[in-house]
Amino acid sequence: MPRFALVLTAIMLAIAIAPRAMPGPHSALAQTADGTMAVVTEPAAPAPSAPGPLQAVLQANADAIAKPSRTTVDTVIAALLESNAPGAATFLAQWRDRGVVQRKADGLFFYGVETADGFSLTDPDTGKNTGNAAKADVTQLRPNSGVRGVLSSALVQFQLADPDIAVRESALIAIERGAEASQLEPLRASIEAESDAGLKARKTRLERLLTIQFDPSAEARIAAIESFAGDISVDVRAALNPLVATTPKAFAEVPAGTNVARALAPGGDIPLDDAYGLLVTAGLAQAAPTLAEMRAALIANRADGAVAGVPVAALGSQAARMDAYARLAAAGTVPPPVTEDAKRAALATVSIVAVYNEPDANVTAAAEATLASISRSLALNQTLDLALDALSLASIYFLAAIGLAITFGVMRVINMAHGEFIMIGAYTGYVVQQFITDYTLSILVALPLAFFIAALAGVAMERLVIRHLARRPLETLLATFGISIALQQIAKNIFGTQARPLTAPAWLDGAWVVNDVVSISTIRIAIFVLALIFLALLLFILARTRLGLEVRAVTQNPAMASSMGINPDRINMLTFGLGSGIAGIAGVAIGLFAKVTSDLGSGYIVQSFMTVVVGGVGNIWGTLAGASMIGSLQKVIEFFNPSNTLAAQTYMIIFIIIFIQFRPKGIIALKGRAAGD
Amino acid sequence: MADAKMADSALPGFTHQPLWKRNPSVLVFTGLLAVFTLVITVLSEGLGLGLVSTSFVKILGMTLCLCLAAIAMDLVWGYCGILSLGHFAFFGLGGYLIGMWLMYARTEDIVIASLAGAELPPTAQEIRDAIGTQIFGVVGGSEIPLVWSFAHSLPIQLALVVLVPGLLALVFGWLAFRSRVTGVYLSILTQAMTLALSLYLFQNDSGLRGNNGLSGLQNLPGLDDVPQSVVSVWFFIASAVALGLGYWLAAFLVSGKFGNIIRAIRDDETRIRFLGYDVEGYKLVVFTLTAIIAALAGALYYPQAGIINPAEIAPIASIYLAVWVAIGGRGRLYGAVIGAAVVSLLSSWFTGGQAPSVPLGFYTIDWVDWWQVLLGFGFVAVTLFAPNGLGGLVDRLVRKGDGR
Amino acid sequence: MIRSITRRSLTKIALGFTTALLTGSAVTVAIAQEDTIKVGVLHSLSGTMAISETTLKDTMLMLIEQQNAKGGLLGKKLEAVVVDPASDWPLFAEKARELLTVNKVDVMFGCWTSVSRKSVLPVIEELNGLLFYPVQYEGEESSKNVFYTGAAPNQQAIPATDYFLEELGVQKFALLGTDYVYPRTTNNILESYLISKGIPKEDIFVNYTPFGHSDWSKIVADVKALGADGKKVGVISTINGDANIGFYKELAAAGISADDIPVVAFSVGEEELSGLDTTNLVGHLAAWNYFQSAESPANAEFIAAWKAFAGEKRVTNDPMEAHYIGFNMWVNAVTAAGTTEVDKVREAMYGQKFPNLTGGTAEMLPNHHLTKPVLIGEIKADGQFDIISATEPVPGDAWTDFLPESKVLEADWKTLGCGMYNTETKTCVQLKSNY
Repeated sequence: MPRFALVLTAIMLAIAIAPRAMPGPHSALAQTADGTMAVVTEPAAPAPSAPGPLQAVLQANADAIAKPSRTTVDTVIAALLESNAPGAATFLAQWRDRGVVQRKADGLFFYGVETADGFSLTDPDTGKNTGNAAKADVTQLRPNSGVRGVLSSALVQFQLADPDIAVRESALIAIERGAEASQLEPLRASIEAESDAGLKARKTRLERLLTIQFDPSAEARIAAIESFAGDISVDVRAALNPLVATTPKAFAEVPAGTNVARALAPGGDIPLDDAYGLLVTAGLAQAAPTLAEMRAALIANRADGAVAGVPVAALGSQAARMDAYARLAAAGTVPPPVTEDAKRAALATVSIVAVYNEPDANVTAAAEATLASISRSLALNQTLDLALDALSLASIYFLAAIGLAITFGVMRVINMAHGEFIMIGAYTGYVVQQFITDYTLSILVALPLAFFIAALAGVAMERLVIRHLARRPLETLLATFGISIALQQIAKNIFGTQARPLTAPAWLDGAWVVNDVVSISTIRIAIFVLALIFLALLLFILARTRLGLEVRAVTQNPAMASSMGINPDRINMLTFGLGSGIAGIAGVAIGLFAKVTSDLGSGYIVQSFMTVVVGGVGNIWGTLAGASMIGSLQKVIEFFNPSNTLAAQTYMIIFIIIFIQFRPKGIIALKGRAAGD
Repeated sequence: MADAKMADSALPGFTHQPLWKRNPSVLVFTGLLAVFTLVITVLSEGLGLGLVSTSFVKILGMTLCLCLAAIAMDLVWGYCGILSLGHFAFFGLGGYLIGMWLMYARTEDIVIASLAGAELPPTAQEIRDAIGTQIFGVVGGSEIPLVWSFAHSLPIQLALVVLVPGLLALVFGWLAFRSRVTGVYLSILTQAMTLALSLYLFQNDSGLRGNNGLSGLQNLPGLDDVPQSVVSVWFFIASAVALGLGYWLAAFLVSGKFGNIIRAIRDDETRIRFLGYDVEGYKLVVFTLTAIIAALAGALYYPQAGIINPAEIAPIASIYLAVWVAIGGRGRLYGAVIGAAVVSLLSSWFTGGQAPSVPLGFYTIDWVDWWQVLLGFGFVAVTLFAPNGLGGLVDRLVRKGDGR
Repeated sequence: MIRSITRRSLTKIALGFTTALLTGSAVTVAIAQEDTIKVGVLHSLSGTMAISETTLKDTMLMLIEQQNAKGGLLGKKLEAVVVDPASDWPLFAEKARELLTVNKVDVMFGCWTSVSRKSVLPVIEELNGLLFYPVQYEGEESSKNVFYTGAAPNQQAIPATDYFLEELGVQKFALLGTDYVYPRTTNNILESYLISKGIPKEDIFVNYTPFGHSDWSKIVADVKALGADGKKVGVISTINGDANIGFYKELAAAGISADDIPVVAFSVGEEELSGLDTTNLVGHLAAWNYFQSAESPANAEFIAAWKAFAGEKRVTNDPMEAHYIGFNMWVNAVTAAGTTEVDKVREAMYGQKFPNLTGGTAEMLPNHHLTKPVLIGEIKADGQFDIISATEPVPGDAWTDFLPESKVLEADWKTLGCGMYNTETKTCVQLKSNY
């Protein structure tokens, strides 16, 4: 037990004396690291009748435990560990995991396991079950995630050498989320004995990160900093960037030993007023009265309807006010105004510099050098990530537009209801999931079903409406628009206006992570693959099948195709079915990564038109080119203007309008007689 | 198309006859409009017997403005064959431009009144700042953006109602017609323009209060004491006058040689170009002129609606405009008016919850839910079975009445 | 055949048309004065906002039914007049005018979006109507004719930000919002507030996306990259409606848990989560004045009544509680005033107290806002919230103290008789609202 008490005292000291960034008494901690698990697992001393030692401490801090806050929890932890009460660490862990309840009748704390109608209670001191309690009789303690974080942090020391690998890993995660100086030594001590290779690597890496932040020795820090050259991980940058953070300061003469980053030119690197403000803070100049202060001074110094001889009624212009204020200042009633020139003159006599927050110049130099090496590789990776995003968006646009491109190419009609076929596909996916609960299976069923249903709807529309409007493309546009609003409203009436969930199977959750910068969600990869499949499929159909041949013939010259014995009606119907079917598939894909609503399709319809028109009509490669261009363009504009996605969309459309001026037939235009529509 | 043939056959002698002889519908229309205006005014709450409520007068006034926009749409699509899906954007722009003055002037009145009691007489800058805070405080700003530079002046802002949409149409049309963008391509391009404009206005950074748009437009600056019941009647009369004038102008355009040429462009553009006409020039004139008419209609509409925001000019609104004209019957000016009036009034009747539900036993058709479906399919039916729209029915009735 | 139109036949048609219009209006003209108290319900039942607003219409119908079961008000029955402004903002103004002048309602409960409220404002101020507005909003307004029963920014956004600062230790903020007025103003207030709390401007990342945005990968990557300077990052989301689904999906796909980067949302409640797969969202936060999971007898009773009225699967949410409080306060104020006359009811409203569903008491302040407690909840797997923080009742502030222009403004309709009073110049800036 004495050794055990030493452990707790040391921990208490580490937490109470050096709560955050200050290096604490590591030596005491280091020698105890291997014995800490005893705290967690050792059974507590029996204390059946009177409240045990732990319960006593808990009662002393009852309010802070029942209503914990990140700002007060440190004292509670310190008090608990200081008390040497056995089972304190267990209590902390249980508390964090919502395993603690307070009995309303007497305010006692218990470990509570939720049962059907209440909680099964365990005494924290004895570890013995003390029976059940109804839900209404106890309050479950639910510390918020900030408190949970602090608790995890405090528990790290006990867990780094835990035999259970999951516990050790959770300790590492706690350090990764919020490192503290006190964790460095236990972490170092635990590396040696770590049996799992993966965890060992993580520990070593974390140790280097903590060294950068907390180690007292500059050499050790610099070595650790340099070891991360070229590493673009967020945590590395998170450790390095604070080292090179600077604060602007004003000095009459820069004192020796100041770790100056660079000089700042007032009016250039730093606004004039801000620079003058620094001067005032440093006590090197007198504060300049602001406009509001001058106004208040004028009001305060009114006398007989005039301020310093200027009638109040005449103070309706800034010049007159400045004049009156100058008179007041001349009379000595108010502080004198400071003109721009005076500010400049005052600034000319001093140096304004950016000073590193980190005092050691060697450390900052090493950090700057490492960050420079990182930033090159970072830029490359960011570009790569942007390219992935663009590719993903392009594949979505491609899927949404390709069906439209086929029908538009073959029949020269604009199908405004195309978006609603996408919607039909998405709702098909949703309905299938209502019947088939296995997500993988339901997607596998939904894809062909969505194709079939959307294709059916497309064929029906072609036979009932579009066929009768042959050679009246503008009226087709309007008629299909009528169908579009009717279909949207029908969907609303059936499914409601609320978004419906279309859940992706677990294997599509998550992301493909290359590093901290480059990653893309699995679902987007799946959509990309889907787009590739349909690209290949369509290319095959058009180039290698009888149907494709006929479709191409009708696309290029319907009259001639007809006289060669091709039935254009049949071709039109099949093409329309195919195009609509692909829209249905696109609907399932879009529903998976976003949402299923009745206006899902209309969000894509204009983009789809743009894709088709920009790419060039009647050509799959054209649609591909159009989708790629629009997708990447949008991402590039978003990159330059990250705070406003809407602006990106606006500029993209304007760009397309201008683009069409120069290539009215799109990127890939049909040549020859077919081009003359 | 019958219309076109008629004009062709009577081309030479017609140009010297007065307009009402060439196009008798003008007289009928103007007469009816005048009677209608008079009746409503007499029955109105503000100036008459109080049998027609103020909100209904507003609905009628706004409907007249929509009819004017529909006439513009009919000119550009029904007569010239350009299916523009952007004319409601011009309509909205007109509303925005007049709305800027309405908001600015009203706020300026309020600010000056409130600063009158201040301890120091306000400077021009202080007044401007206070106006900025009042107008843009709602959307988290206080600076007056550059686009509001002329908002203090009614004449300039009125000129802008004509100039901005006119210029936009001119530049856009010039670019599009010059590169021979025609047919569905042009429709898509105009739709893209509408989308870009509405997305732009949706942004707060556009300086036009983003999604909130401009509101409180029904309160005219300096006319706080005039009740809305009276203001609404004045606006109703103004809308009627504008519609009447618009109808005359449109009828004048389509009755003469100009009308023949644009109809010919609609029917066969290439042939007209080979005949030596400057097709692009004619199209540009029609496109720009109708954009201006639409903008003027919008400038009259939004002070009655009271609020304008980007949702008003979403692409779908422009499509609806085309739908009205198609339902009313293209190539007939009265067709456009009938289409706009019938569909928009029916629409507000159905969505207003006044239409009786239809119980089917197993399901009750609630028109709030099903009106859009009815409209959609009704529209398909009109395109399929009555290409000449409601106006075509009028023609048929009239012909029967004449016994010819 | 324009030429051949005879005057006679066209006149016939036009007359028919005119008569049709007039009969349309005739319905609106003669409204019999029955002996009921009319309550206007101005919520969209169709269009984009129907999803949220239909629930509130049902809530009002339930409350009115309950009140009638209790014997009505002033010895009369209450009658609900429901109209559908169809998520069309100008139509809100039109319908409000119709309710006030044609249906002659005594009070209105309605609106959801700020723009719809701004559309209605001039009409009710002109006609001296009375509107209860139940949704959390951006503040910067106090109209004589509106009682705001939802949260002002200091009753939702500011406490949530405090929670981030104090409880979660967030040092760097991503303010993500849909591009419209509520996020814009709220973020503006928050930016100013955070700067006053010592967060430098460059540590506040602001992004606006369009309604229904679905392509979140870039923005989530941006947020993740914010952690690169070693500060704890938190997201304050004013993302509206459906767009949230894609956002949380992308967040989960990027492997970001609530412990790494917490997200607090101001527009995600029980209704939005119902029927949604919430596994991705567990642990993320929302700030409201009410959660269905609040434990109190009044709440249990309200939930039971709602489920009996609307269906077992329905959930309750914050704006519903706002209507519940607003309606009951109005009933009490009418009883106290002995009349439904707007001016007298308004006088009687000040200082009205009514128990919250979460325990505690709401009080109507002279600035037409309520005192309410602020709750912060963590999303649970079942779509409900785990309340992890509750404040004392906070008085709603019409004009925020964290923007320099609004700091000097005050609303007090009881003693000052002004909704926008400049305490510096001691003048009433305007009696009617700026729309």
